[in-house]
Amino acid sequence: MTALLQVRGLSKAFGGVQAVRAVDFDLKPGELLAMIGPNGAGKSTCFNLINGQLQPDAGSVRLAGEEMIGLTPRRIWRLGVGRTFQIAAAFASMSVRENVQMVLIAHHRRLRALLPSAAALYRDEAMALLEQVGMAGQAERACGILAYGDIKRVELALALAAAPRMLLMDEPTAGMAPAERKALMALTASIVRERGIAVLFTEHDMDVVFGHADRIMVLDRGQKIAEGEPEAVRADPQVQASYLGSGAPAGAGWEADA
Amino acid sequence: MEFLLQQLLTGLASASGLFLVASGLTIIFGVTRIVNFAHGSLYMLGAYLGVSLIGLFGGGTLGFWGGLLLAALVVGAVGALFEMAVLRRIYQAPELFQLLATFGLVLVVQDATLWIWGAQDLLGPRAPGLGGATQVFGLRVPTYDIFLILFAPVVLGALWLLFNRTRWGILIRAATQDREMVSALGVNRKWLFTGVFFLGAALAGLGGAVQLPKGSAHLHMDLQIIASVFVVVVVGGMGSILGAYLAALLISLIRVLLITNAQVTLGGVAAWQMELVSMFLVMALVLILRPWGLLGRREVLGYQHSGTPEPMLRPADRSLQLAGLAVLVLLLVLPWIAGPYLVSVATEVLIFVLFAASLQFLMGLGGVISFGHAAYFGLGAYGVGLAVRHWGAPMELALLAAPLLAAGGALLFGWFCVRLSGVYLAMLTLAFAQIAWSIAFQWIELTGGDNGIIGIWPPAWVGSVTAYYYFAGTICVIGLLLLRHFAFAPFGYTLRAGRDSPLRADAIGIDVRRHRWLAFTLAGCFAGVAGGLFAYLKGSVSPEAMALPLSVDALVMVLLGGVQALTGPIAGAAAFTLLKTELLSLTNYWRAILGCIIILLVVLFPQGLAGATAGLRRRGEGQA
Repeated sequence: MTALLQVRGLSKAFGGVQAVRAVDFDLKPGELLAMIGPNGAGKSTCFNLINGQLQPDAGSVRLAGEEMIGLTPRRIWRLGVGRTFQIAAAFASMSVRENVQMVLIAHHRRLRALLPSAAALYRDEAMALLEQVGMAGQAERACGILAYGDIKRVELALALAAAPRMLLMDEPTAGMAPAERKALMALTASIVRERGIAVLFTEHDMDVVFGHADRIMVLDRGQKIAEGEPEAVRADPQVQASYLGSGAPAGAGWEADA
Repeated sequence: MEFLLQQLLTGLASASGLFLVASGLTIIFGVTRIVNFAHGSLYMLGAYLGVSLIGLFGGGTLGFWGGLLLAALVVGAVGALFEMAVLRRIYQAPELFQLLATFGLVLVVQDATLWIWGAQDLLGPRAPGLGGATQVFGLRVPTYDIFLILFAPVVLGALWLLFNRTRWGILIRAATQDREMVSALGVNRKWLFTGVFFLGAALAGLGGAVQLPKGSAHLHMDLQIIASVFVVVVVGGMGSILGAYLAALLISLIRVLLITNAQVTLGGVAAWQMELVSMFLVMALVLILRPWGLLGRREVLGYQHSGTPEPMLRPADRSLQLAGLAVLVLLLVLPWIAGPYLVSVATEVLIFVLFAASLQFLMGLGGVISFGHAAYFGLGAYGVGLAVRHWGAPMELALLAAPLLAAGGALLFGWFCVRLSGVYLAMLTLAFAQIAWSIAFQWIELTGGDNGIIGIWPPAWVGSVTAYYYFAGTICVIGLLLLRHFAFAPFGYTLRAGRDSPLRADAIGIDVRRHRWLAFTLAGCFAGVAGGLFAYLKGSVSPEAMALPLSVDALVMVLLGGVQALTGPIAGAAAFTLLKTELLSLTNYWRAILGCIIILLVVLFPQGLAGATAGLRRRGEGQA
């Protein structure tokens, strides 16, 4: 299958610091690609270059052959690139269901409609999405009072609501309890595989990364130092040296947060 | 050349007073994040106290300067007292309620001044030894002007020393940067804030007292200066003292140049006609080029960050629907059970309910605070007035001009406003409202100036008080229901999405700025309808319909009712208008009573009237 996302030569410097240096990678539909690396490796910069928050100094980001560099985040979202935030950012004054409906309204380009009642629009669609992420039972609660793990599930539903071709997930399980993390990631993996959505995610929890990613890409000081199947990456000596610090026994350190 | 120098010196002298007041406001804002609307009142109080104290001590050198200083200290004490008695209780409440409390103080000080000193203007005493004129480069300049020109930099220097060389000043600067950190370090924040209020108020009082030899003390000083002071503070950058000084110089010089070259025309408009507008144009220009003022820093705290999440909006439940129905029935039968006076008052109440609801739509849903919403009410009223005066339009047509002109104005002003956020945005709305007001006030050929436009009467079919009540009331109720409907429509949700989380809203394809602009225009349009109806109710239009006090009234109505409750503006506008009308007929000191009530309500119900009843209802449900 051909790649949905093609990133070539992506580079960005802040002042004298080369945050991202000539990064290349591909992402296929239905594939989960984890981007890992120590703090300051350039993961967030990479993310923000792809989602349009930042403009690269050089390089190209193509979605299904279409160049995305220079487009606004809003435009990129319209092309079918959904995202979840590291710090959950749902609409606090709306109920869980209304949050999903809001995204559906945006997706169907009815943001300025004055006549219909928003609560009646795409209600079934919203409930179906909440059912999928296991939040249907809390559909009427305000998002502002949800437990953190539940908000993360809502975030997933929000990202899925716009029927994306690709999802950018910035630490989807940050701040959650270990058991919740696994459950959420398993849920995410099953949904995106079923729908054929390409996923690029960053994550500190190595259980999550090695448990669910199809491929792993390792960044260090802005450069891609390894890419491949989880087992190959785990065995890569350069990864072990830069990511774990030299001398750490292979495997043991992966459990800890980087 | 000489003439220019003379103007320069006059400008510098008038900048001094402005700077003193503005520095106080900027210091208070920098630390407490409170926009002190009562700052003009403190300035006025300083002037009156100055007159009395100097009179008491005799006009000698010691008496004069002692009087000035004591006046400043007393005003400082008043400010500190207000902070301790009122503001300290509501620091946890949303920022806007602190603003509301300062509105209350404005009203109280106005009447207290009237009660103590009477309605007559008091001529300021002369400064002993500085009465004559001095030769400067061959020019005769009033000696007191020279004192003023030198005084401002001295105060500036003293403030610099205070904030950079004393422990207290350094703590204040730390608190300006990070309030939480300062209290975490074990500094008693309460006293720091009280101290700041004392200093800021004393500077305002000093500003009022020190201008006495050049002017007088009168009852309009407070609102007259507050708009200028806001402009200076915003142009300089909120929280920046040096910025305030530079801005005061800039504004004063421009005004002096325009006044003294009154007959010079620019594109058919005489310079003196631009004098009022100029200040606000400068502000608008500066904010567009430098959104945080000349020396200001990007505002980190905003309206959105009041801590607790906004409550959910729910469609009317059974009891609310019944209550609404009961109110409608009461409105319908009112002309049978009440006299024409009450019916006329009810018409006014309904008009203000629509006006307040339009502001609430903007503030509550869009998170856009407007300090100048009266501009659109006034534009609506002038839309009617101009259509009648210049085209002899019948009411049915003139009433269409109202929302058109208002929406047009809102479209234009809103485009600039939504580029900013938080307090700066609010200040820019104020500036635009003042521009609109100045145009109405100074473009006499078009608007009739201060006298306004009279003879705006409805046609015979709605000529009686009762008929007009039904006519205007129907439009207001429809307008209200429309606004309510919009709140629950996708557009209302889009606005709330942008308010709740601009980041997420952007990530789902919402152009927050553009939607705020649309909301601004829509709110302006509905305010314009209210203004047009108001013009026909009163039979006339005057610049008052878009003046600052009316903008403040609208804010008070919305805040009293509760910003987040859709029923808020109904409760707030009705309570406010009825209270004001009732008090007006009972006593000359209605302002003071109203002010006290506002302050009391803010302290007792920081969620507003509708918010408080909703809280009671929730509690009731919890127990049931």
